[in-house]
Order: sequence, then structure tokens, then C-alpha cells
Amino acid sequence: MTESTYRIQGATGEWEVVIGLEVHAQITSNAKLFSGASTEFGAEPNTQVSLVDAAMPGMLPVLNKECVRQAVRTGLALNAQINKYSRFDRKNYFYADLPQGYQISQLYHPIVGEGKVEISLDEKDPDAHGKTVGVERIHIEQDAGKLMHDQHPTMSYVDLNRCGVALMEIVSMPDMTSPKEAAAYVRKLRSILRYVGSCDGNMEQGSMRADVNVSVRKPGEKLGIRTETKNVNSLRFIQQVIEYEAQRQVDVLEEGGEIVQETRLFDPDRNETRSMRSKEDAHDYRYFPDPDLLPLELEEDFIFNCKASLPELPDEKRARYKNVLGLSAYNAAVLTAEHETALWFEELLETTDEPEKIASSAANWLTSELFGALNKMGLSIEQSPVSPQQAAELLGLIADGTISGKIAKQVFEIMLETGDGAAKIVEEKGLKQESDTGAIEKVIADVMAANEDKVTEYRGGKDKLFGFFVGQTMKAMQGKANPQVVNELLKKTLGPAG
Amino acid sequence: MAEIFELGIAGIRTGVASGDFTAKEVAETFIDRVSAAKSLNAVLVETPDHALAAAEATDKAKAAGETLGKMAGVPIGMKDLFCTEGVATTAGSVILDGFTPQYESTVSANLFKAGAGMLGKLNMDQFAMGSSNETSAFGNVISPWRRNDGGNTDLAPGGSSGGSAAVVSGRICPAATGTDTGGSIRQPAAFVGITGFKPTYGRCSRWGTIAFASSLDQAGPMAHDVRDCAIMLEAMTGFDPKDSTSLDLPVPEWEAGLKSDLTGKRIGIPKEYRVDNMPPEIDALWQQGIEWLKDAGAKIVDVSLPHTKYALPAYYIIAPAEASSNLARYDGVRYGMRDLPDGAGLQDMYAATRESGFGPEVKRRIMIGTYVLSAGYYDAYYTQAQKVRTLISQDFDKAWESCDLLLTPTAPSAAFGLGEKADDPLAMYLNDVFTVPSSLAGLPAMSVPAGLDGQGLPLGLQIIGKALDEQGVFNAGLALEERAGFVAKPEQWW
Repeated sequence: MTESTYRIQGATGEWEVVIGLEVHAQITSNAKLFSGASTEFGAEPNTQVSLVDAAMPGMLPVLNKECVRQAVRTGLALNAQINKYSRFDRKNYFYADLPQGYQISQLYHPIVGEGKVEISLDEKDPDAHGKTVGVERIHIEQDAGKLMHDQHPTMSYVDLNRCGVALMEIVSMPDMTSPKEAAAYVRKLRSILRYVGSCDGNMEQGSMRADVNVSVRKPGEKLGIRTETKNVNSLRFIQQVIEYEAQRQVDVLEEGGEIVQETRLFDPDRNETRSMRSKEDAHDYRYFPDPDLLPLELEEDFIFNCKASLPELPDEKRARYKNVLGLSAYNAAVLTAEHETALWFEELLETTDEPEKIASSAANWLTSELFGALNKMGLSIEQSPVSPQQAAELLGLIADGTISGKIAKQVFEIMLETGDGAAKIVEEKGLKQESDTGAIEKVIADVMAANEDKVTEYRGGKDKLFGFFVGQTMKAMQGKANPQVVNELLKKTLGPAG
Repeated sequence: MAEIFELGIAGIRTGVASGDFTAKEVAETFIDRVSAAKSLNAVLVETPDHALAAAEATDKAKAAGETLGKMAGVPIGMKDLFCTEGVATTAGSVILDGFTPQYESTVSANLFKAGAGMLGKLNMDQFAMGSSNETSAFGNVISPWRRNDGGNTDLAPGGSSGGSAAVVSGRICPAATGTDTGGSIRQPAAFVGITGFKPTYGRCSRWGTIAFASSLDQAGPMAHDVRDCAIMLEAMTGFDPKDSTSLDLPVPEWEAGLKSDLTGKRIGIPKEYRVDNMPPEIDALWQQGIEWLKDAGAKIVDVSLPHTKYALPAYYIIAPAEASSNLARYDGVRYGMRDLPDGAGLQDMYAATRESGFGPEVKRRIMIGTYVLSAGYYDAYYTQAQKVRTLISQDFDKAWESCDLLLTPTAPSAAFGLGEKADDPLAMYLNDVFTVPSSLAGLPAMSVPAGLDGQGLPLGLQIIGKALDEQGVFNAGLALEERAGFVAKPEQWW
């Protein structure tokens, strides 16, 4: 555990920043939280709206159990307390994107209590620079609809497709002290949610967004007054908001002003936050228990089944990769950050009965060759043109000496282009490595005959020339000679240098 | 034989089944009765086609020898709080002007499935808020009853199910649906001399019924007598997965279980229901009711419901609180009325629409509800009222240790003249004093007509039962009904 050294340098000295995040994560489910309407993203406006979502007279909410299951699984993945008794409350306010005139949420009795997220500030060595961020609670609530202001010169349009979609609000403790920590927290949270499958974590589509609470204080002093910047929807923006807000607050305080507890909005174009409304103007939401819904009581069995359905989570997986499979800390961290990467890697390992034998070389190949190629093509690992089984075949050819690592790069490129298997490519292109000592000895003899002067120099003590002979031999054999055999034979034939 | 229009549900069922008359004749009879009763202002929308179609279906089914539904051949009136597919639904408010649901409420759908037809949508207090029908945006219903003093003062039919009360007592519909939040079935039933039943909370689905106060609203039958209420309630109730507060229980056969012998039953008389200024006639009728139940074999016990006096104040916090939120959806955006003044923005439109769309009583309750839920007042009002609600439920639980049912008057007075209490909301709220506690506790309760006061106006007695013991309530009601021999009907003047 390391303390952050992030500080704002003010005229009056150093300032510390205190950050808490409320992350809104859209729950992965086919239907909305209280209605049967579809939740698919990108449908034509107002085509996924039920009578309940449109708040027609006499309509009633019915809780979607899948959303409850996902929230409980998420809570368990964050080592959080699962509240067997929770309740839904109405948050009342008037707005065009809220047909009921209230949002159904959980203020008084949330479904999940305190938990924690382990974050790392150094991707290469997560254990050395870790930190625990507390989670205060998770509650489930309805999303609102979407206003569209660009459809008509004098009117705003409303799309209710998103109205009633289930959200988890994951509230952190004010445990973060730098933009980097906040980003690491969101990154880790996103990774866990994607492992659990409770949220797709897609920030561009708005499936995950954060309200960013920031305050500043002189080191060791009590917490300052915070501002809350709403609906920030990228890791970069979250960091920008914190940097901007912290500096702004320090400037205000150092000029003798006071921070106003208020809600702010982030303007990414101008990289600044602006006041939306102050505490005095804050809505009185008149929360009260929703009388249309019974309290939610969870059975022990249900929670047990949620727990049993959880996959191996990133922290456990990373530890296993390191300790059991013998991967480097870096490889273990990189391969477990995204669930899809880990699944791809494990599918590759499944092609053998002794995964620990190939794990390290496979991991190295993945993080260098495959990642490099995918990056270049702008593809995610799920879109990889080469399957884990095909990769295993390629790695197998390297391992058994059929091809060299260098030839393997060539074969991999052809695989990416054609989709053909590695063995087929090696066969067709005649890329098989030459290990026949007779053939190699013959080439070595030719090379030495053509470079008698160099042989003399080498034998006279210029041992650096050894590389030259290797290169010439490989070149003459079009790179297909087994480099190990070439080395051995050259050493024997040339004799000792000097 | 009685005229068809004098028949209730059981009478029509028997007549149709035995071929004394067809369902179509029944429907036509009542369609004529409805169109001849316009001066009572009880029916907002007449739906003769619906009634005729249901009747024809019943006649066809009978001719084909099929088993007929519980309500086959019975055309009913539908309180305008129930959303009816393709038929304008207003809840008695102009804010729903022009709203025609594309869906059928579960209760009305259940009744139609049982063979009932619909004669029309019935006037009511706006959003079911009122005890006299004077808060309807479409003018008040006039009770078919008149005092026997020779004057022709228009009387209140009670509320909020005033249209339902008027059409059943005037023999304009053989039965009607009502809804009861704090007494809206029982008080009007008592005012017009009919039988009204509020089941245990959760028996009737609330899906498609326009919400007033979700934790209290329950639909129920308003009909001639106990048997008719039992038949109709069987048709209305049942588990509905679309309502999270619906009870997942089978529907008992209440009609088959009717039995007026109360031997072994203990009837509690709550002393707190002897309120100040109660007319002696009501007190006397209550005493008479006690004698009748003794005669039926029941044992009478004195019980105490110590928190009764807090019920009304708690109710007038909880119901408005829920209403203030339930009625937020009437904003002029998606359906109903919209008032969009020149240059108005969104908030202006909300304000203008709700200002002109809601009546004064609805606005009063929205303001009360908004106030009691506000930061700083929530604990003092809403939380406190919920505690009272719990105490009131516990009062009943305690009472059930020494009795099986309770007997009380239904309302503290007979019907009053229209306008007599309209300017005094608190006096109006007092009408619910005997009905509200059982609503807060979610218990089944019914009003049975038991006698007339000195002015010739009906008075009702109320039976309250344990949760889910509708049968006990029906049976005690039947015992009262048999002994009261209430046959008085309003003389037709309309």
C-alpha cells in the first residue's frame, strides 16, 4: 500500500485532493427493471417503451428478478455485504424524461452494503503499488429517458427507450486521492463488472458513467466541502474533471473564497466544469417507500446460487497465473485485465494437458505478437482472425523445433491474412526448419570456403565474427536452418577463436 | 314475477339460466334505464354496445349448452376509475380529457371474462378523492333518495363511488364496481341502502385501475345484497402477476359458503367507535345490529381499538402522500389535457396543465402530500403516520384474540344534502371515521343496509373481518340482512 503523492501546489502550500465516485452501471438484462420492454441499445426512438415505461394511468411496476440477481452477483464480486432485506423508494421530481414523475430507486435500504475494490497504480507490478478503495453501497434504480435537443428549432424531443432500464449505482468511499487512482478504480470496477457479466462497461454508449465528487484540503486537515460533477462518461474525462475541479477549488480557497456544495456539469470541449445548481436550489425529492412494490427479501439459497455462478475474478486469476502457471507479474496482470483476453488465453491452454509447460511462452507470444497485430488492425481479441487453437498449433511448431521464432513471425502474418493453419502454411511455403546436420555442414563448408580471410581472422582471435558466420549460413539456407544446430556445427567446424 | 330491472345478479342469473328471459332482454332493459336516468348524472359514458355484445354472447353460449360464467347475462356499471379498452376513462377529472385506454384493467377484464357486460362508465369523486361526489369535474351525482319531509333537496350519494351507489340503488344497473381507499365503497353503499364490499388488500388486482393511494386502494362490488356481492367478488378477484401487491391465493367460493348461522362466532363491539355527536338513531341501529347477531347465534364481546382516534389523521397523511406522487404522471405530456400557454416552457406547461386540470380537492391533497413528504417534515408526518398505521393493525390483531368479527356503524350520519359540507373539508373527512381504520389495516369489510332514519334515509352497519376472512364477513352480513329485512327503495322521481 502506497500513499498517493498527488498534490496541488498552491500559493499557500500543498493541497490534497479527496475523491469519491458514484458509478452508474447499466445492468445487463434483456428487459427493463420494472417492465418487460427490451433494453437493446440503438433501436429507433420510442420503440422500446411499454405502458409502464410511459406511465400510463393504472400501470404498475413488477421487479425483474434478473436485475436483482446481477446486482447481488456484483455485490458478491466486490466482497460486499448482501442485504437480505431491501426496499424501493420513489424519488419525486418533474422532468420530461421521467414520465412517472418519480424514479424508483433505493435510498433507505439498498440491496448491497459495504464492499471493496483492490486497485493497482502500476500495471507492470500490481502487487507492489496496490490500494483498497471502499465501496459504501450498491443500489438498483431506473434510468431516465433521453432528451434530444437537436431535432427541432424550438422543441426538444424525448426518447423513452432508455426509460426504466436497470442501473446499479455503485457508491465508493472518499478513498481516492489522485486522478490516476480514480481512473484505476473505474478501470478495475469495469473489469470486475465485465467478468461478472452484470454490465458491459461500455462508456461510450453510456452503459457506465460516473458522478465525480471532489474536495480539497491541506494535508492532515478535515475534509473540505465537495462538489459533484454529474454524468462523466470516460476515464479521460474523469481525470480531467478531478484535475480541473481540484485546481479550481484551490484557487477559490486561496483567494479567500468558499467552496459551495453544488452539482456541476463537465464540458469536455472547454475542459471545464460549470455550476448546475447549488445545494439551496437542490430538489426536494420527497423520497418515500414505493407502495406499489413489496420489500425485497432474499433467500439464503438465492444468494448462494449467485455466488456459485460467479466466474474466477481478476484478482484470483492474476494470482493463479503468477503462482500456478508461472507467468511474470506483468503478463499475469495484462492477461487478466480484460475477461475476454483471459478466456482467449485459457482456451489456448486447453489444447494441452500440461498448460504450465506452454503458459509462459504462450503469454509472451500473446502480449507481444498477437496484441501487436490486433492493435495494428484495430481489432479486439474477440475479433482476432486467428483462433486460440490456431495459435496453439503455431506455438507447437516453435516448441518442437519445426520452425524458428523468426519464421513463426512470418507464418503468423500469413495466418492473419489467409486464415490458414500454421502447419499447412509451413508445408506449402516450405518453411520447415532444416535440422539435418549433413545439409547444414555442407552449407557451412561453402560459407567458409567463400570467406577464407574471415575464417583466418576468427581463428586469430576476432571472436565477434562468429555472428557473421551464423548470419551467412542462415542466409544461404533462407532462414530455415535450426539456429541451435547451426551454432553447434559452426563452433565445431571453426574451432576455438584465437 | 318481479320486473327485470328490479333484479340483482342472482335473480338475473337464475332467470337467464331457466329461460324466463334472455340476456339480451336484460341488457336492453338496463340500457333503457341508464338512458332514462340522465338527470342523476351518474353515468359519464354510456356503452350499450358493450352490454349488448356480452348479452348476445351469453345467449349464444346458453343456446349451445355451454356452462355460463358467474356473471353471465349481468350488465354492470363500471366506476370510471377502471381503465376500459377503447372507452374513455377520466377518473372524474378533466386532466384525463380525451384519454381512451388501449388496455383493460384486470378487474374489468375478469368481470367480462365471467360474462358481465358494461352499461357505462360511472361518475365519481375526482381521482376517488371525496365522500359526496361533489369533487367530480363533471358535476355531482344526485342520489336517487330523497328525504321524507316532502322537500326535494338533492342528496349526496356518498363517495367516492357515488355513481356506482346511485345506479345500483336506483335499479339503473343491477350491480356496479366500486373502489375503496378509505371507505369509498362502504360509505356510499350505506348512504343509498345497498350492499358494498371491500375485500382484503391484495385480493383485487390494481392493474389498470387509476391509482389514488396505492397501499390502500381496493376494488370491490356494490350490489343489492350479500349474495350478489359474493358472486361478483368471486368474479373480480384473483392473483395477477402484473400487480406486485396482488395476493397469490386461490379464489374461495364465497357464495357457496354463505351461511347465516353464526353459532360459535364472537362479534367484537369496539368502544372507540362510539364517537361524540353520533346521531342517536345510528347508535340505536348499532344496538339493534348487536341483537340481530346475537339472534343469529353469535356471542357479543366488548373490545378496544385504542388507536382508532389517530386513524383519520394518519390516513389523511398517508393517502395524500401517495397520491401526490401517483398523480405526478398527469403532466400534459403523453395523454389527457394539455394547457400550453403562449411562450410556455416545460415547467410552465406542467403548472398550467395541472392548475386547470385538477379540481380543488385533488390539489389540496397533492399539496398536503407534498408537504408531509418534504425534507424536514417527513419524519414528523409521514414516518409518524406509518407508525400509527402499524399500531392500528396491532389493535386489530389484539382484538382478534377475543373476537372473530367486528360490528360498527358504516358512517356517522345518513346522506347529507349536496353542498352542505362542500365548504368544510374536515367535516367531509369525518365521514370516513369508521371505515378508515380497516382500510389502513387492509382488512375485509362490508356495509349492509340495516334501517332508515327519521327522514326515511338508509343507514348501514359495517362488518370488519380478519385478513382473508371474507367468508366470515359475508356470513355475518347475511345474518344482518336476513334480520333487517331492508326492502326500502328510492321512489323514482328522475
